[in-house]
Amino acid sequence: MEIVLIVIGAIAVLIILWVIGVYNSLVALRNRVRNAWSQIDVQLKRRYDLIPNLVEAVKDYMEYEQETLQRVIEARNQAIDADGVAAQGEAENMLTGALRQLFALVENYPDLKANQNVMSLQEELTSTENKISFSRQHYNDMVMTFNTRIEQFPANVVAGMFTFGQEDFFEIGETERDVPKVDLR
Amino acid sequence: MARDDGQKSMGSFYAQISANKRKSGLLVFAFIMLVAGLGFLIGEVWMGEGLGFLGIFGVIAIVWSLVAYFAGDRMVLAVSGAKQIQKRDDPELWNVIEELCLAGGLPIPRIYTIDDTAPNAFATGRDPEHGVVAITTGLRSKLSRDELQGVMAHELSHIRFYDIRLQTLIGVLVGLTALVSDVFLRGLFWGGRGGMRRNRRSGSGGGEGILIILAILAAILAPIFARLLQLSISRKREFLADAGAVQLTRYPSGLAGALAKISGDAEVLEVANRATQHLYIVNPIKSFEERAKSLFSTHPPTEERIARLNAM
Repeated sequence: MEIVLIVIGAIAVLIILWVIGVYNSLVALRNRVRNAWSQIDVQLKRRYDLIPNLVEAVKDYMEYEQETLQRVIEARNQAIDADGVAAQGEAENMLTGALRQLFALVENYPDLKANQNVMSLQEELTSTENKISFSRQHYNDMVMTFNTRIEQFPANVVAGMFTFGQEDFFEIGETERDVPKVDLR
Repeated sequence: MARDDGQKSMGSFYAQISANKRKSGLLVFAFIMLVAGLGFLIGEVWMGEGLGFLGIFGVIAIVWSLVAYFAGDRMVLAVSGAKQIQKRDDPELWNVIEELCLAGGLPIPRIYTIDDTAPNAFATGRDPEHGVVAITTGLRSKLSRDELQGVMAHELSHIRFYDIRLQTLIGVLVGLTALVSDVFLRGLFWGGRGGMRRNRRSGSGGGEGILIILAILAAILAPIFARLLQLSISRKREFLADAGAVQLTRYPSGLAGALAKISGDAEVLEVANRATQHLYIVNPIKSFEERAKSLFSTHPPTEERIARLNAM
């Protein structure tokens, strides 16, 4: 009779250990999701900080492009002030469009292309755009990993016992899929 | 800037990655079975003074593998004449790698350049925290930003999939197999008969004869099979690193373009040799023998790698 009790006790201990293991791994995964989310903001802030430097550097060379430069500064300020995910997403999109315009114009100024300062700033901005894109990609990858884990058996049992909800993917809204049509003049 | 990724490509590299990891696991298992089987056969046939030597050789192999595991990255870098760089030395290269580390949630590795006109790159390091990537000046100057990112994504994938750790383990197994076979065959030839005579059980002379023959066959063939298995694993991991690169960049054309450029260049990389060739992105030893027999190559054919990338 004691043997049966011992076996049941051992099985219970094993199950508890397994639940603890799964719980901890879910916590780790969820924290990776949250970390990845805040990484996106880090990259966005980098862009906000870099843009005034770029505009300063090119201003004197591009005296005929004041309109474009103004547009970039305004878009940047709007993006900083934007409230809520949807508004921020839209403002980010406008800013990307304005920056693309600016880079296209730089091609017409051989003096600018020879300027080391401007070229390294351009590389920094290109890299920052990529980093924003990659950090969003990473966030979505982490969300996918986490959601898959809590949906699959047997971890979904543990997830249900505690409050592990599905995380949301980072998505751009329908209207934002339209690339803004900006004219170059 | 931000790239548009077609939905259909998402399934392919995930499927490739998991299929590849499964196959690698099977190959490693086959390997361990091979070594275990060899050890069993030899143990059955030969007991006696030789065990002492085997033990010593085994210990040497393990010590060597530990040394290679912990200091191997510094050894490889010293042999290649690589110089470490910081962000200010090459901002574009640094940014490209930093972007990939963001995409993969990885720490930034130590970055080195090798002064050589032949185009190639390699990665080493037992885990992402101790990661090292290197690129030749020849390759650095030939690639566009996207192609450079593809190559670096491939190298980072070797690190994040723990390929270096795996290949160290395999290297030890191959070494052990060769050593065990070697010791046994030499002992057999030069007087291990004393040990075997002691092993003779009464009334089972015929059975023991067959065992001896099997053991000899195993001892001769096992090192060859071990090497072939090692090369097969190496090729699989190259395909895996390619798929891993696409997982990071979501842009197969970058790496495909780089591979096309590298394979088109016929120049031999001077600092590479047989010991380090498996670390490079494309086989740097362009001798006739390597090209002739794909079974003996550490890398899959470049055309096939490009074809798989274009299908993703």
